[in-house]
Amino acid sequence: MSDVKKFLYVNRKAPHGTIYAWESLEVVLIGAAFEQDVALAFVDDGVFQLVKGWDTGELGVKNFQPSFTALGDYDVQKVYVEREALEERGLTEGDLIEMTYEDEDDDWAEKSSIRIVSREEMAAIMADSDVILSF
Amino acid sequence: MALLHTVNKSPYQCTSLQSCLQHVRAGDTLLLIEDGVYAVLKGGKAAEALSAANGVKVAALSADLKARGIGAEKMIDGIEVVDYGGFVDLVEQTDKTQAWL
Repeated sequence: MSDVKKFLYVNRKAPHGTIYAWESLEVVLIGAAFEQDVALAFVDDGVFQLVKGWDTGELGVKNFQPSFTALGDYDVQKVYVEREALEERGLTEGDLIEMTYEDEDDDWAEKSSIRIVSREEMAAIMADSDVILSF
Repeated sequence: MALLHTVNKSPYQCTSLQSCLQHVRAGDTLLLIEDGVYAVLKGGKAAEALSAANGVKVAALSADLKARGIGAEKMIDGIEVVDYGGFVDLVEQTDKTQAWL
């Protein structure tokens, strides 16, 4: 499995104003099918994508928030959210949706995929990945 | 001449709200729509600037708030939540509209 690369999907846009968030999800799901090491990063307005409680009925657009919670089923286990980006926007981890995966090394225990990291840690995560896809 | 100002971009990604706030005058109305509604988040940096706008009525579109998971508990005080009908009323009540795209 030496062909496995570390993919990092960097999300910087709010969910509804542009198509970036939706497109990113599509690409993540495609990428997950190729059994690569996938991680998601949410910085800047990207953190708004994970704020829970969307009701898009009046906008007449699809509510794609449930797709985020399904990412665990596609073996997406690492979702990095930048603490500074949350704080600037008046948000905390409690405002975010729950994202989980089942850890095969720990008797398939359900664990949270979301990891709140500092800006400095986020920079290191970017530097440590093989491929970065930006949305 | 009272103006209706609309802001549809995130205050964290774009300077539209900042420019708007530098140009609003007492008696004007500011309506936040689309990603502009993120300015109302309590504890957020943009909300500080918004709160400083004196004599300006600030409204936000309910459909856009709901779509983004922004309930009343997440909003700063003093924001009037309007539906699409309320949007039309604001257009009617003001003399003209300035859209800060």
